[in-house]
Amino acid sequence: MAGTGDRGRSRRDRFAAGVIPYKEMGYWRPDYEPADTDVLAAFRLIPQPGVEPEEAAAAVAGESSTATWTVVWTDRLTAYENYQGKCYRVEPVPGTDPQQYIAYIAYKLDLFEEGSIPNMASSIIGNVFGFKALRALRLEDLRIPPEYLKTFQGPPHGIVVEREMLNKYGRPLLGCTVKPKLGLSARNYGRVVYEALRGGLDFTKDDENMNSQPFDRWRDRYLYCMEAVHRAMEETGEIKGHYLNVTAATMEDIYERAEFAKELGTVIIMIDLTIGWSAMHSMSRWARRNGVILHLHRAGHATFTRQKTHGVNFRVIAKWCRMLGVDHIHAGTVVGKLEGDPGAVRGYYATCREDFNATNPALGHYFDQDWIHMPGVMPVASGGIHAGQMHQLLHYLGEDVVLQFGGGTIGHPMGIAAGATANRVAVEAMIKARNEGRDFLREGPDILKAAARRSPELAAALDVWGDVTFDFEPTDTPDVAVTPTPTS
Amino acid sequence: MSTGVRITQGTFSYLPDLTDEEIAAQIRYGIDNGWAVAIEFTDDPHPRNVYWHMWGMPMFDIQDPAAALHEVRRCREAFPNHYIRVSLYDPRLTRMTTALQFIVHRPPHEPGFRLERQEAHDRTIRYTLHPYAADRPHGERYANGGAGGAR
Repeated sequence: MAGTGDRGRSRRDRFAAGVIPYKEMGYWRPDYEPADTDVLAAFRLIPQPGVEPEEAAAAVAGESSTATWTVVWTDRLTAYENYQGKCYRVEPVPGTDPQQYIAYIAYKLDLFEEGSIPNMASSIIGNVFGFKALRALRLEDLRIPPEYLKTFQGPPHGIVVEREMLNKYGRPLLGCTVKPKLGLSARNYGRVVYEALRGGLDFTKDDENMNSQPFDRWRDRYLYCMEAVHRAMEETGEIKGHYLNVTAATMEDIYERAEFAKELGTVIIMIDLTIGWSAMHSMSRWARRNGVILHLHRAGHATFTRQKTHGVNFRVIAKWCRMLGVDHIHAGTVVGKLEGDPGAVRGYYATCREDFNATNPALGHYFDQDWIHMPGVMPVASGGIHAGQMHQLLHYLGEDVVLQFGGGTIGHPMGIAAGATANRVAVEAMIKARNEGRDFLREGPDILKAAARRSPELAAALDVWGDVTFDFEPTDTPDVAVTPTPTS
Repeated sequence: MSTGVRITQGTFSYLPDLTDEEIAAQIRYGIDNGWAVAIEFTDDPHPRNVYWHMWGMPMFDIQDPAAALHEVRRCREAFPNHYIRVSLYDPRLTRMTTALQFIVHRPPHEPGFRLERQEAHDRTIRYTLHPYAADRPHGERYANGGAGGAR
């Protein structure tokens, strides 16, 4: 094999014992043309003072593929150029201090085990983040080629099949997380579920940390919640669901809880991101095998997704979750209480739902991503949203989304069922107006007021929350076309 | 609390019943999106009763909502004691599913459901939803006898 990667060094020098720059070991390849079958990565990096960006980028390519800190003669037993990660472009990010760079790295498919997110994660983000030559590093995006994507089955059901299972079309689904999220007895907890579902919501939800505590053991909670779900179905003639959180210490416990939930007739269960990639993938298979929708709560994600110069962008997490397969994933609200820049959130939603994501810096898409008809994941908007924002929610988040109103249901002055009704009236009125051709974003408040004349529940909700907004500057934004969080 | 149960299936069940003009506007939205229009009716409103009777074939190529509205009215005349819904179907790749579905007619009295609990081991309960309407054979299910059930 020609030594095209051993830039500026003879083969003898390249393999002399000692330490040489990563750049000169073949990990910096500005001439490399990425193949259609390569996995491509975009990293945001800040080199340590005195380290040139190409060397820092080459180090990332090296440490995320074949390299170690020193020359090893055993490289020569391999066709090493095939296995080396190749940094083919480094671009400065305008207007950053200290100067940030985006490093583009191509990886051959051989580097990855088929159908394994843990393997891909261990490869691409396994060792590099602690690397001393870097001051900061963040994985911004991945391009997954079809050849690798087809080694995954994707969501157990996906948006289309979920809607057909639930018999609900043409509007956002509505949910509510039971509050207080900890402390209620199983019996009282079921009451909240019953009231919210009979009032008009489609789903209620355990929160991420509601697993099996001394005041509310899982088996009791499941029994009461499923009684509540079926009572609400009896009263409305609609299919209802409660996301029973099956997160537990071991896979054996998780399977035991999921089996019991299924036996009680639930249409949906949930897991937390904290159970890990392998456990999530196992539950994806379980959910497909058993015909149960799988909801993922992204518990803990902000510890590594939020800061713009560290960690892993949420769009990568969303891609991995769509590949290993969940049916729901929390993906931001834009207008709620939790972090979420409008452009970035639009990008996450596109990653979850669309069949093709075109390169678009405003959405944070660094590459074209073809999903080759893999079913979409239903994004979930949760955290500080209320009926008075319905026009904005529909505008920013679209129709294939679960809108979760926790406080915005349970905190309603006329009670939980009335809070649920207010949300349902608001969403139906907004969809109706949109379909009639109204400019619903601009006329939203009027549309809601008009609907409230026929709905005392919605009128009361608008009275209490109509003016509540969460107007903070987001920390994680795309580099271009940043738009402010809307306030009205 | 009212007697009977207003079944809240479909996209607009929490709003006042749509007028014919409002129904036409929703159908117009579907036509503009390239969706097919289907009219379906049933006397078994179980939420997992997927296959309501089709009122003729889905209308794939209509340009004017009036044609679909005309069929809605004819269906209502034929089945005044049934549920009737309009489904708009999106045949595009990656969708190929119903895009919007809403009830356009209800029986005068909706008797609702009975929840049956089969008590099993260790407090486990198996639930079954039973529409009261299904207690009677097709054609006799709603007050005033209905208009003959399935065609």
